[in-house]
Amino acid sequence: MDLSKPLPTPTPTSAPFWDGLNDGVVRLQRCNACGGWIFYPRSRCSHCLSDDIEWHEVSGAATLHTFTIARQPTAPQFADEVPQILAVVELEEGVRMTSTLVRVTEKAIEIGMQLEPYFDRVADGVTLLRFAPR
Amino acid sequence: MGLRGDAAVVGIAELKHERKYTGPRKFTIEQWADLAHMALADAGLTIADVNGLICSDVRETGMFAPATVVEYLGRPVNFAERIDLGGASAIGMIWRAAAAIELGACDVVLCALPSLPIPSNPHPRTVDPRRYFGASSIEWGSPQAEFDVPYGNLAQNCGYAMIAQRYAAEHEYDSRAMAKLVAQQRVNGARNPNAAFFGQPVTEAEVLASKLIADPLRMLEIVMPVAGGGAVVVASREVAKRCRHRPAWVAGFGEHLTIKTPTYAADLLETPVGPASKQAFAMARVRPSDVDVAEIYDCYTITVLLTIEDAGFCGKGEGMRFIREHDLTIDGDFPLNTHGGQLGMGQAGLAGGMTQAVEAVRQIMGRAGDRQLERCDLAYVSGTGGVMSEQSALILQGE
Ligand SMILES: [Zn+2]
Repeated sequence: MDLSKPLPTPTPTSAPFWDGLNDGVVRLQRCNACGGWIFYPRSRCSHCLSDDIEWHEVSGAATLHTFTIARQPTAPQFADEVPQILAVVELEEGVRMTSTLVRVTEKAIEIGMQLEPYFDRVADGVTLLRFAPR
Repeated sequence: MGLRGDAAVVGIAELKHERKYTGPRKFTIEQWADLAHMALADAGLTIADVNGLICSDVRETGMFAPATVVEYLGRPVNFAERIDLGGASAIGMIWRAAAAIELGACDVVLCALPSLPIPSNPHPRTVDPRRYFGASSIEWGSPQAEFDVPYGNLAQNCGYAMIAQRYAAEHEYDSRAMAKLVAQQRVNGARNPNAAFFGQPVTEAEVLASKLIADPLRMLEIVMPVAGGGAVVVASREVAKRCRHRPAWVAGFGEHLTIKTPTYAADLLETPVGPASKQAFAMARVRPSDVDVAEIYDCYTITVLLTIEDAGFCGKGEGMRFIREHDLTIDGDFPLNTHGGQLGMGQAGLAGGMTQAVEAVRQIMGRAGDRQLERCDLAYVSGTGGVMSEQSALILQGE
């Protein structure tokens, strides 16, 4: 069994997002037709299907929407991260993302808490967007 | 809109669910033939009566699954399809079968979900990357592979756990009520010879003392994988007349899909079973308070809690109180998962959802043995696929 961690492979559509993380910035798509923010990156708007969408740099400020602490690895590849603090965060723009929390103790985790981005360079040219208490 | 109620489940088949299966291993198509034979015999029909078929995954082929099964059974059909709705597949099969029958496309439809281990391949193959993490895709271009899996958000436990945590933040979360739910279902399961936990009830204290897997979910609140399988035969009114048992008429159905990963749900606590159930009850012209039994898909305790609320058995945020205040056992005032649910049966892959449908039919047919309810003319059944991704509801009625 391949025990290396599964890493994201950017697509032509999503590359600006991952390139942004490598540069320490969070970029989101926004639809020019309906004004809706879009995540994950898409070729058309997830609100109105327009293809008139544009990348914007955002602050990355977020709140914790929900979380769990996996006491058993969700897959053998993540055994070294147990307890895994898995999270759904909501960015200021209203979109939600899957992430993990860092620089936090279990007891301090509270739904609704303020978070800021933590750019985690996990491999050469691959940065994951984790979140830490603000 | 909807069904006229002119199609019914007329035959059922269910294998004993076993944690450590020791019987012969069989290919999916072989298990299909076994289940088809059992379900048809149960109905009092033969393969010659069949002219429709719905399958799910067939391990022996990537494509053309229905044709593979049809050819293997040696029986041409007028209607066939392959369904991919996870734990919502069983209900998805039954309503599609009923719809095809009412449209006149066919009059006897076989629906089977085999889930025994297949023989080990003498020429082992490398794992299909689309299946490497089970239902969680790591295929390039899959949003899940790119934005969820790299963070370790994969498989089912953590998604359901995060829904439960959100529930706790918005409403009252009562671990004891969740433990009571498990214990009462295991009381029912202990009375079901087909259940993996036959003769093995648990106490609330044992549930609360079981290992924490992903907060707040404990081990005994999560289904145990087992080997098993189930099937039903759905038939027209004309055919049902000459079958052996009291037909379970398909009076209403609903199906609703929203997301693959709950991160992207508009509201984690407004589950797809809400709109699905609303449609099913309206179509059958009945209300939640009319049902005699609820067979609710129970991969996790949180699924049952949210289904009780969203199907309308109680209001939003009142589920914990509902569970505390009602006796959910076979002898109780709200008989729930009278076969033990999957928390009592074990979960045999996609066949898990079939156990809920089969038990509802058994209760309506009056064949549930010492689990038989005194009166059962109306059953509510639900199905759940993915991580609260796709849900279905079915109303079965005895006449
Ligand atoms: Zn738009």
